[in-house]
Amino acid sequence: MEAMARSDVQLMLDVKAGDGASFELLLRKYRTPLVHYLGRMVGDSATAEDLAQEVFLRIYRARSQYAPSAKFTTWIFRIATNLALNARRVGRYRQLEIPIQQVSQSEEGDPRVLEIPDGQPGAEQRLIARDRAALIRRAVEELPEKQRAAVLLHKYEEMDYGQIAAILNCSESALKSLLFRAYETLRIKLAPLAGGGVEQG
Amino acid sequence: MDCKAVEKDSIAYLDGRAGPSRRREIEAHLAGCGACRERARQLRELWGILDESPVLLPSPGFDAAVRSRIAQEPHRWGAWGWLAAPSPRLAIGVTALVVFSIWLSSLPRVAQPSPRVSSAVEAEFSMIADLPVLEDYDVLSSFEALSELPVQPAVKQPPGM
Repeated sequence: MEAMARSDVQLMLDVKAGDGASFELLLRKYRTPLVHYLGRMVGDSATAEDLAQEVFLRIYRARSQYAPSAKFTTWIFRIATNLALNARRVGRYRQLEIPIQQVSQSEEGDPRVLEIPDGQPGAEQRLIARDRAALIRRAVEELPEKQRAAVLLHKYEEMDYGQIAAILNCSESALKSLLFRAYETLRIKLAPLAGGGVEQG
Repeated sequence: MDCKAVEKDSIAYLDGRAGPSRRREIEAHLAGCGACRERARQLRELWGILDESPVLLPSPGFDAAVRSRIAQEPHRWGAWGWLAAPSPRLAIGVTALVVFSIWLSSLPRVAQPSPRVSSAVEAEFSMIADLPVLEDYDVLSSFEALSELPVQPAVKQPPGM
């Protein structure tokens, strides 16, 4: 409730003024989007958690110099993106199968088990759903890093083009081309999951 | 509008962020181009497929881990904090200075010639030390009034003394 009453920028300004409770609100609001985004970026949930903690630590360290020159979301995801790209470059992540928690989030933010749409999820349906999810995850992770970041920020974080362009340090026009190439690759790779056939090209 | 132009704005069209005029142009193209229409359909389908990917959630200990890492952060003391905060450069500088001082003091002292003053200079110094006496002598010896005094003859000593 309080987080909604105050904008993220205001919360951060309060953190700057020494209000620890405001930092807790930001932590609660951004922990899930950050862990999800970083998990998809680095392909490893343990590294994603570690990097997400690092993002909050950097925000805390930077509090005294904080100036609201950009949207808070842009700032925090820019930090996360830089950390993820660096982690991949230095090989900090482990390329193993991600032990994905098969969970989604309810409106209240409480974790719950991912429900198979059928209503009576049998073992076979669970396996199918898991295989499909694994295929999607792998296809996204195989995208070049900038395309991957663009898709994750666009599709899952639902950011506008200006924000994504600022995070990825490119023009909006370049971002549109980046997104088109990324979605085209995914369209072809994930064709087996589509109901109808997919024309290659 | 050709297929290439539609490609660039197709994502903005599909996510509803294209402007009204652009949207109309794309729709006009799609109405007459089967290939682009099919691609748009498949991209829309892809949208739904990507939603099947589950959300990764932080572990239950995530918040505690963040708090713990923040608690380990060094405390800041404001503008003068740098004096108390460990600074590698400052520490190295001070250590180097101390080591250099110790090394310098441990060097054997070179015997330097004592500043022997020459005899002439010594005499000059002693003269300066007796300057008031010299001045008095000078004044008395060149005092004109004294020269006007009658010179008394020397007293003859009686024989036999």
